[in-house]
Amino acid sequence: MSLFLVVALPFLGALLPGLLIGAGRKVCAGTTFAVTLTALVGLLSNLPALLRGEVIEARIDWLPALGMNMNLMMDGLGAFFACLILGIGLLIIAYARSYLSREDNMGSFFTYLLLFQGAMVGIVLSDNILVLLVFWELTSLSSFLLIGYWKHLPEGRQGARMALTVTGMGGLAMIGGMLILGQIAGSYDLSVILTQRDLIQADPLYVPALILILLGCFTKSAQFPFHFWLPHAMAAPTPVSAYLHSATMVKAGIFLMARLWPVLSGTPEWFYIVTTAGLITMVLGAVIGLFKHDLKALLAFSTVSHLGLITMLLGTGTAFGAMAAVFHILNHATFKCALFMSAGIVDHEAHTRDIRRLGGLRHLMPVTFVIATIAALSMAGIPFFNGFLSKEMWLEEVSHTMLYGPDWLVPALATFGALFSAAYSFRYIGHTFLGEERHDYPSHPHDPPAGMWLPPAILTVLVVLIGVMPFLAEPAVKYVTAAVLGGVYAVPDVHFALWHGVTPALIMSIIAVTGGLILLALFSPLSKLWEATPRPEAKVIFDEIVAGFVRLARETTQVLHNGAFTQYAGIMTLAIIVAGGHAWLTGNSFAPTRDPMPVHAIAAAGWLALVVATAFLVLKHRNRLLALILMGIIGLVVSVGFAYFSAPDLAMTQISVEVVTIILLLLALNFLPDTTPSESELGKKLRDGLIAIAGGAAAMAFTYHLLMRDFVAPSISEFHLANSYKGGGGTNVVNVILVDFRGFDTFGEIIVLGIAAMVIFALTETLLGGPVRARLLNRLPDKPLAGDRHPLMMVVLTRVMMPVVLMVGVYIFLRGHNLPGGGFIAGLVVAIAVVMQYMASGYNWATERQRYPYHGIIGTGVLIAGLTGIGSWLSGNEFLTSAFGYFRIPPMEEFELATAALFDLGVFLAVLGAVMLSLESFSRLARRAHVEESEFAMDIDPSRDAPENTSGRAVPANDGKGA
Amino acid sequence: MELLFASSVGLLTAAGLYLVFRLRTFPVILGTSLLTYAVNLFLFASGRLTVGAPPILMDGVTRYTDPLPQALVLTAIVISFGMTAVVVVIALGAYLGADDDHVNDPKEEGADT
Repeated sequence: MSLFLVVALPFLGALLPGLLIGAGRKVCAGTTFAVTLTALVGLLSNLPALLRGEVIEARIDWLPALGMNMNLMMDGLGAFFACLILGIGLLIIAYARSYLSREDNMGSFFTYLLLFQGAMVGIVLSDNILVLLVFWELTSLSSFLLIGYWKHLPEGRQGARMALTVTGMGGLAMIGGMLILGQIAGSYDLSVILTQRDLIQADPLYVPALILILLGCFTKSAQFPFHFWLPHAMAAPTPVSAYLHSATMVKAGIFLMARLWPVLSGTPEWFYIVTTAGLITMVLGAVIGLFKHDLKALLAFSTVSHLGLITMLLGTGTAFGAMAAVFHILNHATFKCALFMSAGIVDHEAHTRDIRRLGGLRHLMPVTFVIATIAALSMAGIPFFNGFLSKEMWLEEVSHTMLYGPDWLVPALATFGALFSAAYSFRYIGHTFLGEERHDYPSHPHDPPAGMWLPPAILTVLVVLIGVMPFLAEPAVKYVTAAVLGGVYAVPDVHFALWHGVTPALIMSIIAVTGGLILLALFSPLSKLWEATPRPEAKVIFDEIVAGFVRLARETTQVLHNGAFTQYAGIMTLAIIVAGGHAWLTGNSFAPTRDPMPVHAIAAAGWLALVVATAFLVLKHRNRLLALILMGIIGLVVSVGFAYFSAPDLAMTQISVEVVTIILLLLALNFLPDTTPSESELGKKLRDGLIAIAGGAAAMAFTYHLLMRDFVAPSISEFHLANSYKGGGGTNVVNVILVDFRGFDTFGEIIVLGIAAMVIFALTETLLGGPVRARLLNRLPDKPLAGDRHPLMMVVLTRVMMPVVLMVGVYIFLRGHNLPGGGFIAGLVVAIAVVMQYMASGYNWATERQRYPYHGIIGTGVLIAGLTGIGSWLSGNEFLTSAFGYFRIPPMEEFELATAALFDLGVFLAVLGAVMLSLESFSRLARRAHVEESEFAMDIDPSRDAPENTSGRAVPANDGKGA
Repeated sequence: MELLFASSVGLLTAAGLYLVFRLRTFPVILGTSLLTYAVNLFLFASGRLTVGAPPILMDGVTRYTDPLPQALVLTAIVISFGMTAVVVVIALGAYLGADDDHVNDPKEEGADT
C-alpha cells in the first residue's frame, strides 16, 4: 500500500466514528479498529521491500517553489515507529471500547484518536521537514483535544491548555530550527539533509538550529525544564495517557532526535545539552515519581524519567548509546503502556487511583495483579523482563560517559536515579496489590472483562518474551539502529544476552534494586520528609506567568481600547494625515505633466450645488430628515459628475444605489430620533472641525496632485481596451472587465453583498425575537401618520409603472455587454421597481405576491455565476473564462450569445436579492411598529368601499378592515 | 477643472470626517456615506479626468477614458450600499435594544466625552 494511503487512512477514517456513533458503540469502536488495522496491514505490506534494503518513498509536489513537498519516506526507523503507533493503537482502541463509560461520547473520542494517529504516522514517515512540522503541530492539537476530552473537568481543561502552550511554543521554536537546517543543507528533504553532516556541523548557524530544534524535542518529550506539562496531561482518559503520553506522542521528540542523529549528534554542544537534560530529567522524574500517591501521576513521572534516560542515551553520541535508546524505546512502550492500562483498570474498578486508599488487591484482581507486576518488574529492571536488558545497556553506556569532570559523577547519578526508579516500581506493586485486603475501597474491585485486560496482557507477553529471549528482538533493534546511525557509525557488534559476566553495569543494577527495596521499606518516614521539604510547584509558576501575560494584555487593551470610538476615529485620521504629510515632505515629486482642463459652466454649477449641499449638511445635520434630502442632492451631483466625466455605467449605478440608500435610511429614521441633540462644546467642535479640515485639505491636495500628472508606468487599461471586443466579445469595456477580465473579483463581490444581506436578515430576526420586539409593539407613533397611507393614485401609478420599469431593467441588462448597463445596474433598477410596490401597496400585499424568497434569489444568483465559471472547466479553460459567438436567426439581426451574459445574470439576481432582502428586513421592523397593516393595497378603494358602485366588478369582501 | 474635482473630494472628505466625529449613530452613518463618495471619486480620479470619451468601443474612435477604475468603483458603490445597510441595522439594533444611540461605550464613571 502506498505510504500516502497509510498516512491518509487514519485522517479519512477519523470521519467515521463521529458519524457512526449513532449505529452504536460497538460499530463505532469496530470501525476505528478496522481503520487502524487496515493502515497497519498497509504498512506491513511494505516490509518485504524494506527488508530487501530499499527505502520506500512516495512523492507529490505540493509547493515546490518553497521546497515544501508531500514527500514521504520509510526506512527502518520510520517503520519501527509507525508499527509501534499503529500496533499499540489497536490495543488502545480495544481497551478504550471497554474503558469509556456510557456517558462518554465515544464518537468524538475515536475521531480525535484517529486524527492523532494520522498526525503521528505522518511525523514518522515524512521525508520533507516542512510537512513533518505540519504533522508535528497536528499532534499538539489533537493531543489538546484528547487531554481535554472530559470537558467538565477543570484539571482536564487546564492540563490540555498547559500541554498545548508548552508543546506549541516548542513547536514554534522548532519551525525556526528546521528552517535554518533546511537553509544550511539546501533542501528540506530529510533524505538530502541526512547526507550533509559535515556541512551542517561546520555552519555557524549550527548551534542556533540545534538549540531551536532541541527546544521542540524537549518540550514534546517532556525533558527538564519542560517536563511539568506531562503529569498534568494525565487528566486525560487513561487510554489517552497510555497511548499519547507513554507510548507515542512523547516519543515524537525522541524520534526526531534519533532521526536527525546522523547530522546533529557528535558535537560537544549536542553531547552537553542532550546528555545533561536527559540525566537531570531521569533523576528528577524518578525522585518525584516515588512520592506521588496518584497511580497515574507516579507513572507520569516515571515516564518523564524514562524519556530522560532515552534522551541521555541519544545524547552520548555513540553507536552503542543509539542502539540502547532504540531498544529502550521498544521496551518502555510495551511495559509502560501495560502499566497505564493496569492503572486504568484499578481506577475503573476501585474508583480511585490514590495509592493510600489501595492495597491488597492481589486476591481481588489476580489477573490485573499479574499483568501489573510483570510490567512493573520490567520497569524496575529485574532480569527475565525486557526492561532489564535495555537498562543494563544504559548503565553500561553510563559507565563510559564523562560529563563535567569527575568520572564517577554520571555513574553515581545514574545509579541514584535507577535506585528511585526501582523503588517506585516496587511501590506500584507493593502499595497497590500487596498487603492486607481492605474494606473501604470506594467501589468493590474485581477483574475487568477480557476487553480491558487482554490488551495489556498481550503487551506483558512481549515483555516476558523479549526479556527471556532477547535474541528475538536483536535483529529488529539492530536494523532500526542502522537507520538511526545513518552510516555515520557501524552497528555495534554486541549480542543481546541476559548474562554478560560481572560488569560495572551489573553492579550498578544490583545496587539500584537493593537500594530500591530499602527505600520502599523506609517509605513512610521518607515521605513525611518529602512533604515537609519546600519545593517549587511548576503549575503555580506556569499559572502565574500566564496570569501575568493576561494582566499585561488586559491593561494594554484598556488603555488603547477604551470604548471611545470617536476618539479612535480622530487618532486614526491624525495618524494618516501625519504619515501622508511625512511622505509628502520627504518623498520625491515631479512637476505637473498634464494641462488643466478648462472649466465648463455645467461643471461649475454642479460643483456649486455640491458645495452648498455639503455645507448645509454639516450645518443642519441635526435635522435628520433634512440631512437625508441634502444627502440625496450630493448623491445626485456625484452621479451627474460621473456621467460628465465619461462614466455612464457609474452614473447609472450611483443614481440607483442612491435611491435604495435613501429609502433604507428613511426606513431607519422611522425608529431613530428625528434630531441629533447638540452635546459637544464649542471647543470640541472646533477641534473636530480642524482635524476634518486638515483631512479634507490632505485629500484635496492628494487628488489634485494625482490629477495633474500622468501615469509613471503604463497602465493595464490599454490591454483591457484592446482585448475587450476580441477576447471578451463586448464593446462596453467596463462591463467586460466586470464579467470577464476581473470576473473572479465580481464573483467575490456578489458573495460579499449576499452575506451582508444575510447578516441584516439575521440581525433583524434576532431583534424581532428578543425583548426589542415588545418595545417595538408598544411603540406609539411619535409623528402624525397620514390617514391614507397607501393612496390610490400612488398604487395605480406604481402598478402601471411596474412592467415599464421591469422592461427597462431587462433592456439595461441585455445591452450591458455592449452599451452602458449590465447586471449590477439592472438588479438595482428591478429592485427599485419591486420596492415601489412595497411602498405604494404595503408590506402584506406585496409579500403575498412575492413568490420566491430573497435568500433563494441571492443563492441562485451566486450559484449561476459560480456554475458559469465552472462551466469553462469543461472546455479545458480556467475558471470563468468566457466564450461567445454570434448567431443569426434569419428574420432578425445578428446577435451575440456569451457565457458572460449568464454570469451577469448571476450578478443581477444576487444584487436584486441582496437589496430586496435588506430593505424587506427593515420594513419587517417597521411593520411591527405599526398598529395594524391592511391586507389591501389601497386604504381607500372606491371599488371596495362602495358596493353600490355600478361598475359590476367582482368586489372583495369587506371585513371592516378598510381605512 | 481638476481643481474643482479635487476640491469636491476634499470637501466631501472634510464634511464626512466632521460628521464621523459626532457622538450619535445617525450623523456617523451620514459621515461614512460622505466619505464613501469621496473615496469613490478619488478612485475614479486615478484614471484621470476625461470628458466625452466613454469606454464604449466604437468604430473610428481612438480616444477612450480609463475603464479599469470605473469597473472597480462600480462594484465599490454597490458593496458600500451593503455595508451601509449592515451598519444601519446594527445602529438600529443598538438603539432599539438600549434606547441609546451614542457611538461611544459609556464610561465607567458615567460621563461621556
